[in-house]
This record gives sequence, C-alpha cells and structure tokens, in this order.
Amino acid sequence: MKVTRLVATAAAAGLALTLAACGSDPTNTASGSDTSGASSASGSSIVVGSASFGESEILAEIYAGALKAKGIDASTHLDIGEREAYIGALKDGSISLFPEYTGNLLTFLDPKATATAPGDVNAALKSALPDTLTTLTPSAAEDKDSYNVTAGFAKKNDVHSIADLKGISGLSLAGNPELKTRSYGVPGLEKVYGISGITFTPISDSGGPATLKALTSGKVDVADIYSTTPSITQNHLVTLADPQHLIAAQNVVPLIRKDHDNPQVDQVLNAVSAKLTTQSLLQLNGQLNGPDKPTAADVAAQWLNDNGLA
Amino acid sequence: MNIASEAASWLTDGAHWHGEDGFPHRIVQHLGYTALTVAIAAVIAVPLGLWIGHTGRLRGLAIAATGALRALPTLGLLTLMVLWRGIGLTSPTIALVVLAIPPLLAGAYAGLEAVDRQTVDAARAIGMTEWQVLGKVEIPIALPLIIGGFRSAVLQVVATATIAAYIGLGGLGRYIIDGLAVRDYPQILAGATVIVVLALALDAVFAVVQRSLATPR
Repeated sequence: MKVTRLVATAAAAGLALTLAACGSDPTNTASGSDTSGASSASGSSIVVGSASFGESEILAEIYAGALKAKGIDASTHLDIGEREAYIGALKDGSISLFPEYTGNLLTFLDPKATATAPGDVNAALKSALPDTLTTLTPSAAEDKDSYNVTAGFAKKNDVHSIADLKGISGLSLAGNPELKTRSYGVPGLEKVYGISGITFTPISDSGGPATLKALTSGKVDVADIYSTTPSITQNHLVTLADPQHLIAAQNVVPLIRKDHDNPQVDQVLNAVSAKLTTQSLLQLNGQLNGPDKPTAADVAAQWLNDNGLA
Repeated sequence: MNIASEAASWLTDGAHWHGEDGFPHRIVQHLGYTALTVAIAAVIAVPLGLWIGHTGRLRGLAIAATGALRALPTLGLLTLMVLWRGIGLTSPTIALVVLAIPPLLAGAYAGLEAVDRQTVDAARAIGMTEWQVLGKVEIPIALPLIIGGFRSAVLQVVATATIAAYIGLGGLGRYIIDGLAVRDYPQILAGATVIVVLALALDAVFAVVQRSLATPR
C-alpha cells in the first residue's frame, strides 16, 4: 500500500539523517571507526544503539558501561528513532548491540505472532530473528501496557490482579483509543477475564498526565499506563497482575549481531539482565526525570555501581 | 485500492451513518461543542470589544492580549486544563474559548473603530445618549465586521474541536484520534473530509449573512 511505502521511505530518510548526523559528531568517534571497519567482525568494538526515549538510552548506557568495566571496547550511538531504522542499522553493522523488548521485536519481525507468555514470546522471537542477529537471555524487566488502579480502589475492592475485577459492576477504564479494539484491551478483558459492562474512555496520551488525572480523580477505576512510568510509584498506584498473559511479554533483552557475540560479552550482559527488574526500570526512569536532570549515562553509571557491575 | 477510494467507501458505508459512532451523532456533538464554545467566547469578547471600540480605551492592551492568546497552542492548553479540571467537557471548552476570543474581540473593536468619527459626532450632536450612539449608530454600521469575527471564530473552533476526542469526548475528532491509534488511514481521511465540508458549509452561511448585511443602506 502507498502509505506503507511512504512510511518506509520516511524511516529510511530518517535513518540516513541520524547516521549522517552521528557520523559528524566528534564525541562519537567509535561509531565512525566501526562503520568503516564493520567487516572486521568479532574483534572490533561494540557499538550499543538506543531508540529515542530515555529508558532505551539508559539501557544502552548500562550495556556499554558494563562491557567497558570488564575491559571490552564499547561505545554508544543513542537516539536512533524508530524500530525500522535501528534494526536496519544492526543489519548493516553500523551498530552491534541494542536493548530490545521481546514482544515488540517479535511483532515487528512477525506481525502475525500470537504468543503472549514470556517463555512463548522468547521462543517465537528466537525463530523469527534474521540470521545475523541473536538475543541473549531476557531480563525480568518489562516495559508494557499495564492496568493500574489507585491504592484506595485496590484496598476497598480487594483487587490485586485483573482477575479480581470480574466481580465489580460498572467498571470504567481509561487508556489509548486502540484499547477499544485491540486484543489486550476491552475485548480481551471481556473474553479472557470475563469482565462485562466496561465503560471505556479513550484518552490519547499513552498513560500520560490526562490518563493519570482521570484515574486519581476517580473518574475512572482502571487506567492503562506503561509499566515503567514513574507516575505509578509517585502516585502509589497498584499495577494489577496479569495471570492469563493478556498483555504480551515485553522483557528487556540484549539484541546483538552474531559476529560481535562471544562468551565474554554474554557473561557481562547476562549479569546485567540478571539484575534488571521492572522495579529498577521504574527507579531509573524516575531518576532520569528527577529535578537535577541527570544524563542517561549518569543514571546508568550509578545503577551499575550500586549493583556491583562496574 | 488507494487510500482516497478506501476513505470514500468508508464514508459511504451505511454502517458509519447511524448509532453512537455514526456521522450524524458525531456531527451533532461537534456542532454542539462549537456552539457552546462560541457562545461563551462571545459573551466575554463582544461586550469587551464594543467597550474598547466605543471608548478607545485599552486598545493597545487588547491588541497585545489577542496576539498572545492566538499564540497559545490549543492542545497544550487542553492538557494543562485537564490537569486542573480533569477530563470532561469543561477542559476542552476552556481551551477552545481561548481560541475563539481573539477573532471575536478583534471583530468587535475593529468594527467600531472603522465607523466614521463624523457620523458618531453627528449622532451625539442630535442629542443621542452614549448607549443610543452605540446601539443605533456604531453597532449597525460595524455589524459586518462583528459577524466577520464570528465567522473567523466558528471556522477556527470547528476545525479545532477535534481535540475534544483527545480526552475521550465525542465529535468528529473521534474518527481522527481513533483512526490514528490503529493506523486506519481511510477512517482518518473520512473524518477529516467531513470536518472540512462542515467548516466550508458554515463559512458559506456566514459569507451569505455578511453580504446581506453589507448591502448599501
């Protein structure tokens, strides 16, 4: 279709611009030298990429910092925009490692994928990956849609899991408009968890301030907010458990070029993944948005230090 | 099929013409938001504009203030209002009223300013009170420009009332916001087309009204 082609062209143009911009960045010499020597494979330095949002940048800095701490030559190439762009950069070797999310990467590689449980998603992902790329062991940390209620609502109705919502009549939900039709939205809540009579209020800020306000002011009972949004902890919200895996797993996982993958690198990155939890992502994002405005590198260095990884 | 013909078939699909999500209901909602907004803005802006135009006071302030209000991004203002008032009709209405005030205010004071001073002086000379000067001389002469202010305000509000859908209200913005969420481009284009047609139709009505008032008397 025309639009798909347009989007692809735009993404390609965006990638070209991003790469060109970074190539001329004097602080990013490692990525420059790597681009020229990409064919030299396993011996060359590891360039960690990131998407253009804080959490991805922090994770990239954590990977790079942990590798450097163990004497492996690593640098970062942050802010590569959309998935089309950075998967392309991984394939052409201009970057070699990327902090990915299992579910979204799987859907990108195989739009028809239906797996939702963490293990199933990871298995499906392994077989969907292109030959040149592989993923290491996923961490427990997940950044995904999550259903949240206020602490007061949770206590009053004794709710800890989505399944506990079943008995509540006249339940109201706020979230992005796509929840109305997507499988993990209203249709899934009805079919998988048997909740009926949901009133849905679409609010288009991806669990941002307007959605939060609707929840905390009591206009709605449940709100879809990404699981690593600091407002969850700041407002003492209760994130409901999802025992039926309605929402596909989105574990943070190192996606790496096979020609840069070796046991030493695996050991470092697996040690990082072993320490990463959704709680740590919440904390890291909260620090990044804190009043003293630290950089992603600062936040990453602190975390590595605290966890004895650097 | 290309996106335009898909949008055309989306528009002509009978299923999209009834019920809560149907075009008639969404158009009524959209016009409702527009009417409410312009009515509130008019109550604030028109008397103020008439006073400024009649007395010539605070003219510099009015120009500066309307310029500043015009520069406010409505979607940003909406988010701010939601943090203050929560989701509901109040927040988008305030944001849209702020959008509608500048053209209404400008129409009113510019309309009165354009009245020939000699005409006003003549009215005073034959013994009219200030209220009579305003009501019987200035407003009738300024009416085409005042209506022009309404025309401009309505056009802007109709085009911008789509933001109500951003925080879960209805109106024609629903097609655009919901379509964007699931990348349903035909739905977005169909919704946008209806908004454009609605805006042009309202503008045409105002053009006719304005022309009938501007006939030489």
